[in-house]
Amino acid sequence: MFYIPFTCEKFFWVLKYNKSIKRGSLLKIIEVKNLTYAYAKGKEVLKNLNIEIEKGEFVAIIGHNGSGKSTFAKLLNALFVPKEGEVLVGGLNTKDKNSVHEIRKKVGVVFQNPDNQLVASIVEDDVAFGPENIGAKREEIEERINFALDAVNMQEFRKRTPTKLSGGQKQRVAIAGVLAIKPEVLVLDESTAMLDPRGRREVIEIVKDLNKKGMTVILITHYMEEVVNADRVIVLSEGEKILEGTPKQIFAKKEELTRVGLSLPPATILADKLREKGVNIGEVLTPQELKEELCKLFVKI
Amino acid sequence: MQIVCKNLTFAYGKRGVTAVKNLSLTIDEGEFFGIIGETGSGKSTFIQHLNGLVKPTTCDELTVGEFNLLDKKCDYKKLRSKIGMVFQYPEYQLFAETVFEDVAFGLKNFASLTKEETEKMVKEAIEVVGLDYEKIKNKSPFDLSGGQKRRVAIAGVLVTKPEVLILDEPASGLDPEGKEQLLSLLHSLHKSFVKTIIMVSHDMNTVVEHCTKVALFNKGEIYCSGRPSEVFFKLEGLEEIGLEQPLTGYLKKELELKGVNIESDLTVDDFVYNLVKKLKQGS
Ligand SMILES: Nc1ncnc2c1ncn2[C@@H]1O[C@H](COP(=O)(O)OP(=O)(O)OP(=O)(O)O)[C@@H](O)[C@H]1O
Ligand SMILES: Nc1ncnc2c1ncn2[C@@H]1O[C@H](COP(=O)(O)OP(=O)(O)OP(=O)(O)O)[C@@H](O)[C@H]1O
Ligand SMILES: [Mg+2]
Ligand SMILES: [Mg+2]
Repeated sequence: MFYIPFTCEKFFWVLKYNKSIKRGSLLKIIEVKNLTYAYAKGKEVLKNLNIEIEKGEFVAIIGHNGSGKSTFAKLLNALFVPKEGEVLVGGLNTKDKNSVHEIRKKVGVVFQNPDNQLVASIVEDDVAFGPENIGAKREEIEERINFALDAVNMQEFRKRTPTKLSGGQKQRVAIAGVLAIKPEVLVLDESTAMLDPRGRREVIEIVKDLNKKGMTVILITHYMEEVVNADRVIVLSEGEKILEGTPKQIFAKKEELTRVGLSLPPATILADKLREKGVNIGEVLTPQELKEELCKLFVKI
Repeated sequence: MQIVCKNLTFAYGKRGVTAVKNLSLTIDEGEFFGIIGETGSGKSTFIQHLNGLVKPTTCDELTVGEFNLLDKKCDYKKLRSKIGMVFQYPEYQLFAETVFEDVAFGLKNFASLTKEETEKMVKEAIEVVGLDYEKIKNKSPFDLSGGQKRRVAIAGVLVTKPEVLILDEPASGLDPEGKEQLLSLLHSLHKSFVKTIIMVSHDMNTVVEHCTKVALFNKGEIYCSGRPSEVFFKLEGLEEIGLEQPLTGYLKKELELKGVNIESDLTVDDFVYNLVKKLKQGS
């Protein structure tokens, strides 16, 4: 069961603009302009990217291995700075050294491998690290630790050593560490990869909930079924943005996705197979939608 | 090589967590054996016993083919040349300066190989996991993307052509195409030098689609085991132990509630075939 304590409300009241008024407004929390990045000279891994993300949006980023997703995530919180072009977070330029601290407060990134993220030798200290770093007060830190550990269901592990946890438990602690910063923009880089099905469902639920309360979410994933939760999907290939649209629009482009190493959600694939066998079935993205369609078929006969 | 484990218990440290409790399991040669179970249920701890990386706290029997792992004189070097293990996080496995050296490392035990033979085998292993050999061989494994690291880690294990292949969440981090390629690679290896595959996975769809048998771990014990369709379909309350039905199992259950019974082993093609058959019968 997923438990979100009421204090969570208090944490997010600061995010003034909730989802309902966000549409049509021009509050760009992230502006990426002509961004190019290379680790080594001449080998550009991100090429002339232009991406704008509105406050309160839920954006999914998908792309083949090595397409540049994690590099992009690191450019969002100023771990890397652009070689060309710029990244603005709430109007602050990541190239401006004086803004870096403020930017890291705004953008929280959960990285792909939790080991690179876990710093302290006790779980609760690890979760406290972020809030301490941004200068949160003592009582508040305690509140944030509780909120974050509850959110990922790891309260009972708070005195344990992060390195001595199972793969999925480590991943939960890494997520808690970033939630505790209460970022305006939450970036999850394949953060559900090692979670069991319940863990994945729970993380997606909390992310959806935080998003409803106004948090901007950027979800990087290889699970096509997770993408269906997003408002908008951005597809990267070889460092370029090749497609952009709602999940429905993106998953209607089966050939293009397959060509760049991607795929469709499992329910969509199964529905396609039924269609190939002559079964008349509507467009579906989720298991629930597919179930509804199947039930309709059997009611008819 | 048959794997037999009787009453294995393992605790991390004297007062630490008992990660595996009195666990008994037999895995026959030729299986594509799936291990599922919620976070922290002991899957990784258990499989690390199979190549002697972790030693049981107590155990009545632990044998892998002719190797008795409870015997102090067990030849681990020889055992490890026959068992390949891909760890949950590829970073645990990568250490060399270049991708080439990393993948070639496992071949060091085969002293008789010439430089050319080594190179050929490394190239083959790197290409079989979908990487460009020339482009990647001189890169540092640490300067790769997550999915590329995963592929190199798998190549480093395949290069020695192990008889038993143990993989802990091997598809995690791979893009959809990479995941498909890996699974079909595993099937083709299974038909050649690999006799037995053991795969830990949180992806229920993958498990029903590919495994011949599956064991469900819960809090360090085996909750149940059998053919995937049996384990998934017969079991109530999968959600309470952290798991879920695969897509086909979910649909089968939902349709059953509506009075429609689809016979299926829960692989996608079989499910589609039987569903279409049912529709035709009905009309
Ligand atoms: N530290 C580094 N040094 C040099 N090259 C790097 C480094 N990190 C990544 N790269 C290269 O940059 C490209 C983009 O990598 P990135 O990690 O951003 O991909 P990704 O989309 O996150 O992939 P994945 O799905 O595998 O995680 C890849 O070709 C990768 O090899
Ligand atoms: N090095 C360690 N020291 C102490 N306890 C550990 C250590 N590694 C794992 N544990 C504990 O042992 C139990 C089993 O862990 P294990 O890694 O085997 O789980 P798992 O089934 O592989 O989980 P996951 O799906 O999250 O990878 C967990 O409760 C975990 O916290
Ligand atoms: Mg990545
Ligand atoms: Mg594990």
